Amino acid sequence: MDYLDNILFAILLGIGFGYFYSNVKKIIRNINLGGTIDRKDNAKQRWKNMAMIALGQSKMVKRPIAGSLHIVVYLGFIIINIELLEIIIDGLFGTHRIFAFLGSAYDVLIASFEILALLVLVAVFAFWIRRNIIKLKRFSSTDLNGSPKKDANYILYFEVVLMTLFLLMNASDLHLQNIPGGFSHFIKAGSFPISQFIEPLFNGMSNELVMLLTEIFWWLHITGILIFMNYLYFSKHLHIILAFPNTFFANLNPQGQFDNLESVTKEVKMMMDPNADPFAAVPVNETEAPIKFGASDVLDLNWVQLLNAYTCTECGRCTSSCPANITGKKLSPRKIMMDTRDRLEEVGRNIDANKGIFVPDNKSLLNDYITPEELWACTSCNACVEECPVSISPLSIIIDMRRYLVMEQSAAPMPINAMMSNIENNGAPWQYNQQDRLNWKNE
Amino acid sequence: MSESLIVPTMAEMLAQGKQPEVLFWVGCAGSFDDRAKKITKAFVRILNRANVSFAVLGTEESCTGDPAKRAGNEFLFQMQAMMNIEVLNAYEAKKIVTACPHCFNTLKNEYPELGGKYEVVHHTEFLKSLLDDGRLTIEGGQFKGKRITFHDPCYLGRANNVYEAPRDLILKLDAELVEMKRSKANGLCCGAGGAQMFKDAEPGNKEINIERTEDALETKPEIIAAGCPFCNTMMTDGIKNKEKEADVKVMDIAELIANAQDL
Ligand code: SF4
Ligand code: SF4
Repeated sequence: MDYLDNILFAILLGIGFGYFYSNVKKIIRNINLGGTIDRKDNAKQRWKNMAMIALGQSKMVKRPIAGSLHIVVYLGFIIINIELLEIIIDGLFGTHRIFAFLGSAYDVLIASFEILALLVLVAVFAFWIRRNIIKLKRFSSTDLNGSPKKDANYILYFEVVLMTLFLLMNASDLHLQNIPGGFSHFIKAGSFPISQFIEPLFNGMSNELVMLLTEIFWWLHITGILIFMNYLYFSKHLHIILAFPNTFFANLNPQGQFDNLESVTKEVKMMMDPNADPFAAVPVNETEAPIKFGASDVLDLNWVQLLNAYTCTECGRCTSSCPANITGKKLSPRKIMMDTRDRLEEVGRNIDANKGIFVPDNKSLLNDYITPEELWACTSCNACVEECPVSISPLSIIIDMRRYLVMEQSAAPMPINAMMSNIENNGAPWQYNQQDRLNWKNE
Repeated sequence: MSESLIVPTMAEMLAQGKQPEVLFWVGCAGSFDDRAKKITKAFVRILNRANVSFAVLGTEESCTGDPAKRAGNEFLFQMQAMMNIEVLNAYEAKKIVTACPHCFNTLKNEYPELGGKYEVVHHTEFLKSLLDDGRLTIEGGQFKGKRITFHDPCYLGRANNVYEAPRDLILKLDAELVEMKRSKANGLCCGAGGAQMFKDAEPGNKEINIERTEDALETKPEIIAAGCPFCNTMMTDGIKNKEKEADVKVMDIAELIANAQDL
């Protein structure tokens, strides 16, 4: 027996999964560069959200066309991956259609894979048209220029190639299965509602050629899947994995509730305590780095915000519902997420290049990626949070960056400064005297 | 219109050894803004009519800190919050009602962690409960059959999932409630939130309140109902901009109910 094929296959798998593993480790490391935030409470609700939103796609279908097309591709992806198990076993042990012993269940399985493969092809075609011919507004905005636009199309081409190879593989296999008296190890197994129509393609070819083609399709198919898997890291398609943890760790509080910065609470309590000794009150702790209020770079964000950035699918549903964006302001919540990811990747590469430590590069998320103009255009309306099909909050990053602008840099727009000093002096955002608060009663 | 409003303060209540059923948090807009003061008074008239025992903080009330927090000034926000919490706790406030979704959100969601734990309701929810308990009855009166559209304030709707109370009240007026294409969870901001009320908009090609007013006008309403003093201002400005003041009125839910009762 010749084991060369199996050994080659094992090596291929090793490389594919090994590289994938090293990139997954990198993502986890990068996400952990973020600050702490407790998202472990209420596990029951979290599992429920994950089941509904990531597994059940409940938020996708709010836009019915995109939603149903997406569900087809998603189901196709999951189910066809079951096929992957058979491919791996066959590849490693030199077997052929190892699950064929399931009999009629196997027929049903293969038949449904085939139908899904066809549906996926149709859906992908529709997706491509929406992006490239109809040019939906949210897919043609400038945030996506350059690689993000190509990325989205690559994924679609990938799907086409993988699904086509799958069907060709089945068709040629079926051709060999049908040879009277049997041929080599091609036992009769499976039911092929779609590829039976492709099968006549092989009529007239020699059996050996068809067998060679089957092998080629099979190898290309598995290689394609491995490449696809490893492409994820570089793509918005990472969401097919990260949507699950991301929906699990999403915010469960009311959307209007912003966190109260604990570091501020301590200082304010100290300031307001009439008994506090102003000199003793400052704890001299030289080992402790001074606290930074708000966020100017990715390292100031918390790990959930960084996970959000890797999970973003760049679908632009947030941006298309953002009042600021709708009315032509520079703010695009999708861009906030893409910028955060790009900067995090840059920081990650810096760490890789410098043996595990981040060497300051005179750049930051603020200014180099996101401008104050974008940040100040936000009305904190939560439309972006509501829209996101994978429970991302662009708003939380916007607010943390505003906090930096205001508390660290005192760089608020002038009228905002006026509003704040009014609150400080008069207890109202306008210049009215607090003593006049009840005047309305007698007016 | 009744000229004598009964508006006790918490200090007066305390002096009489009384604790009101609910503390009415008026808010900065409700206290100082000329348009919003009318909403405040309308709400008080209803409270008086329904014999609700309530009190306001009066001169002891201060900004909740909402605009400071949304602008990013956590220091100022927490100082305001802690001062207000001190006052509220001194009066042992249990239940708070407010006609401002921003005060509502902040008091309800952001104060508890800082030591201010109260039952906080928006005035539309409170009015709804008065109706449900039979303490207040309303008839459609002048609003019967009128086309009314409701603009969801972000800090009431998406931020806190209150969508039905204001709509229930509109329906109680026998009015025809018409929904905008963007409503409830998909509602569009009026443009005032996140401290935008206090500054100019960033460069763009339209003001947000104009976009939102267009949404509202598409429903051909006679009245645009709001549940937030800031939304009210933004929509009123939008209507003026479209020169529709003669045909379309912007009114708070409290005003609708007070007017229906001829209060
Ligand atoms: S919260 Fe800010 S970024 Fe998000 S949709 Fe509203 S205005 Fe846009
Ligand atoms: S943040 Fe959410 S809604 Fe916005 S582009 Fe990313 S995945 Fe889509």
